[in-house]
Amino acid sequence: MSQQLLFVCRHSPYGGSNAREGLDAILASAAYGQDIGVLFIDDGVFQLLPDQAPASLPQKNLSANLSALPLYEVERIYVHSESLRERGVPFDSLTLEGLQAVNSHEVGVLLSGHEQLLSF
Amino acid sequence: MKFALAIHAAPFSSSASQTALKFAQALLAEGHDIYRVFFYQDGVHTANELVCPPQDEQNLCREWQSLARAHSLDLVVCIAAALRRGVLNAEEAERYDKAAQNLAPTFSISGLGQLLDAAVKSDRLVTFGA
Amino acid sequence: MSTLHTVNKSPFEHQTLASCARVCLDGDCVLLLEDGVYGALAARAPTCADLNGLLQRGIAIFALEDDVVARGLTGQLLDTVTLTDYQGFVKLSLEHQTIQSWY
Repeated sequence: MSQQLLFVCRHSPYGGSNAREGLDAILASAAYGQDIGVLFIDDGVFQLLPDQAPASLPQKNLSANLSALPLYEVERIYVHSESLRERGVPFDSLTLEGLQAVNSHEVGVLLSGHEQLLSF
Repeated sequence: MKFALAIHAAPFSSSASQTALKFAQALLAEGHDIYRVFFYQDGVHTANELVCPPQDEQNLCREWQSLARAHSLDLVVCIAAALRRGVLNAEEAERYDKAAQNLAPTFSISGLGQLLDAAVKSDRLVTFGA
Repeated sequence: MSTLHTVNKSPFEHQTLASCARVCLDGDCVLLLEDGVYGALAARAPTCADLNGLLQRGIAIFALEDDVVARGLTGQLLDTVTLTDYQGFVKLSLEHQTIQSWY
C-alpha cells in the first residue's frame, strides 16, 4: 500500500522562493491532517542547518517553521545522507526531531513508493 | 486517467510554463481528464491579465484561458503566492486597497488546500518548475 | 512501482541530472526536457558518470524532440537516447506511478 504524499525539498533557504513556499505547502497539507512525508535532498539539506538567523535580510526564519513539523504530527522526515556528506554536514549536528537519514537507493524507493510527489 | 498539474514557473522567463501547456493539450487530446491546474510560486504570473507580449509571440495567459474554456478546466492560483506577487482579483484588490485587479477571467484564487486536494484526488501529479 | 524523472536543466550549469541519476532505480525512466536535453549530447558521453551510470543500468532515457530541434541539437544526441513528443511524455507519465521533477 502506497503512502500518500511525499514532498521533495531540493533547494537551499533564502536564495529563492522554493524552500519557503515548499514549506508553506508542507505545513498547509499537514494542517489538513494528511499523511505526508518530507524528503530533504541536494541543497535542500541546508534548510536543516541549526543557527539560521535571517532577520537581517530580512526574511522569516524557515528553520523555526520546520521545527513545527512534529507538532503537526509529520512523522516521516527524511534526509539524504550523501547530500549531507558532500556538503560536510554531519547528521548528528541536525536537531530536527524525528529526522531519518536515507541513502540514494532508499530515496529511489521513497520516490516510487508514494502516491504523489510534490517537487520543490 | 485523472491528472493534476502544478506550475511553479513564470511565463516568458522560463519555458516550463510552455511545456506545461503543451503537456496539458496532449493529455486532453488523448482523452484524459485534468482535475486541476494549480499555479504556485512564480507560476501565479501566468494569470496576470495585464501582460502584453508582442503580437507574434505566445500569450500564455490567453492560451490557458482558451484551453480552460474549451475543456472546463479548473485553473487555480495560490492566494498567498499571488498576493506576494501582485496578482489580485477584485475582492483582494478591494481588501488591500489597490487601484486595480489583474486576475484574468477563468482563473480563480484559492488556498494551498487546493493543491493538496488535487494531489489526493488525481491519479497523477506533474510539477513544472523553473 | 517506478518513477518518471523529468530533468529540465543543462548539466553544464546544474547538478540536477547527476542528482536524479544517483537515486534512479531499475525500472525508472528519465525524460530530458527544456535545457535538460543538453544532458544527452553525444559529445559529453565519454566523461559523464551521470549519463553512463543510467545507461549501464539499463534505465531508459528520453529527450523531448521539440526541445532538441529548437536548440539545433538534431543528430547530436547519444543514439541510446530516444526522442519523444508530448504524446510520448503523456505515455511515460501513465507507465510510471510517480513523477519527480528535477528543476
